[in-house]
Amino acid sequence: MSLTATPSMVRDSTRRRKRSGTHAVLTALPWLVPTLVLILGVVLYPAALMIYTSFFKYNNRGIQRGDAPVGLDNYIGTAGALTFPGVPVGRILLNTVLWVAVVVLITVVLSLALAQFLNLEFRGRKALRLFVILPWACSVVMTATVFRYGLQENVGLFNRLLVDTGILQRAQAWTKDPTSAFWVAVFVAIYVSLPFTTYTILAGLQAVPDDVREAAHVDGADGLRRYWFIVLPLLRPAIAVAALINIINVFNSLPILRLLQETPGYHTGHITTTLMFEYQRALGPGVSSALSVLNFIFCLVIIAIYLAIVQPTKEVA
Amino acid sequence: MARTRSVRGGINKPPSPWVIALGSIAIVVFFGFPYALMFISSLKTRLEITNIPPDYFPATPRFDNYLTVWASEVDPASSLLATAVIALGATLLVLLVATPAAYYVARFRFPGRMVFLLLVLCTQMLQPTVLAVGLFQEFKGWQGYAVWAALILINAAFNLSFAIWIMQAFFASVPKEIDEAALIDGLGRLQTMFRISLPLVWPGIVTAIVFVFVNSWNEFSAAFILVQQTNLQPLTVSMPRFLGLYIKDWQYLFTVAMIAIVPVVILFSFIERRLIGGLTAGSVK
Repeated sequence: MSLTATPSMVRDSTRRRKRSGTHAVLTALPWLVPTLVLILGVVLYPAALMIYTSFFKYNNRGIQRGDAPVGLDNYIGTAGALTFPGVPVGRILLNTVLWVAVVVLITVVLSLALAQFLNLEFRGRKALRLFVILPWACSVVMTATVFRYGLQENVGLFNRLLVDTGILQRAQAWTKDPTSAFWVAVFVAIYVSLPFTTYTILAGLQAVPDDVREAAHVDGADGLRRYWFIVLPLLRPAIAVAALINIINVFNSLPILRLLQETPGYHTGHITTTLMFEYQRALGPGVSSALSVLNFIFCLVIIAIYLAIVQPTKEVA
Repeated sequence: MARTRSVRGGINKPPSPWVIALGSIAIVVFFGFPYALMFISSLKTRLEITNIPPDYFPATPRFDNYLTVWASEVDPASSLLATAVIALGATLLVLLVATPAAYYVARFRFPGRMVFLLLVLCTQMLQPTVLAVGLFQEFKGWQGYAVWAALILINAAFNLSFAIWIMQAFFASVPKEIDEAALIDGLGRLQTMFRISLPLVWPGIVTAIVFVFVNSWNEFSAAFILVQQTNLQPLTVSMPRFLGLYIKDWQYLFTVAMIAIVPVVILFSFIERRLIGGLTAGSVK
């Protein structure tokens, strides 16, 4: 397949490479075209369509009003995504940052501990790992629904348990208040993110060679120091990948908040993603597209900040 | 992935049985309790589950909920069918589309390879939720059963990057020489992939497939925004309909949830061993 260049061929190698390059692309195409079609048609096209839609007026039934583009009216007009009366935009943006930061941070820290434990060798370890998988296998919708039921004021069993054990004085309507519902949702989001993160870190842990830790032991480092100075730096790539995928997932986790917040309308418990769906229902595709575009840019900014701080591709010394 | 069990100088001293026991109990309780509640609640009557204050356990476990639920107004059978068709369809489509791409990318260097891989990585950052409004604009005309086709395309497209990424790492781990031997023996490229490489990387493919299946089985956002007709809704979207304004059939909701969860948990337990290797094969190296 590959051309081996001998010194005598060097002179016309550039032209040759160009020709063989086109040939290589043509041979590659049949293998890649289905993927390209799917990505272009179902990922990039709707993205472009969304940006396009955000510059036109629609009613809440999705019917276009007028043919002329309306500029940034859907973004910052009188009823725009950022300026719609009654929407606590500042609070919602703050919520979004909090949502991503708190969930991802706590998830990673807890997963580090969990992975460390599951990496020990003991009987029943395999069965135990299956328990950790549960929230991953069960759909987010189902898990969030159980919590919604358990935390109902009157019929919720978690509420009864909290009262019976004396942790609470009386049952609370957790999901009826935007703020407490938000924090319940944070808990559930961490809960469903743990399995994937734990497994990714576990994979990283198993790749840490024993002799490295052994060498540190011989040099007199105790367990904690071995972990901090040897294991953790070697885990860096695994943690970086797990955190990145978590950021993307958490940013996009709609059902958790959607199911756990039983307050209708524009309240202070929204994040940008849930607000987007609220707009879609109430104001139609124009304004919700505008918010989607902003939401996406926001997501990219958060990922960029993360990449700048963590630099996951940086080689471990 | 057998780890040799040997006495190493001090770093792997057996953990205290107390730590193991306490940790295990904590994990079982923490990761089990919502699903235990789900199971117990699925065995109650409507009166028992809406009792104030609620009872922990049903007076007699109503296993017949699992039979009567099928006749309820929400019609879980049609939702289950929708979920199954969409998840299986998306999985098959990913298998058909991702396998050749992953194989080719792992085997050959060609101009534009990096661009292709970057494009694939970029789609990993996009999810149906962020693009829901765009997807709605694109597919709003797909009425009737066509909406299932739309959801199959969407689930396949958004899971493609992950599948390609995992599969290409597995293909790359098979020595090139094996393929070359087959080619010299006169097999075509496509046949080489199917008859030589695929059997060798089967575990990796299974991991990728299970992922796609589970993600599609549990997908919510696109289905939520696209499917208007109630009888075509997949489970994730139709289940909240058990909670009417006046009548709240929590017990049926959880019965259906249990039915939907069991196949996925079984699938996961099959690939559990490979999850650890498979997950990071493409990314952590």
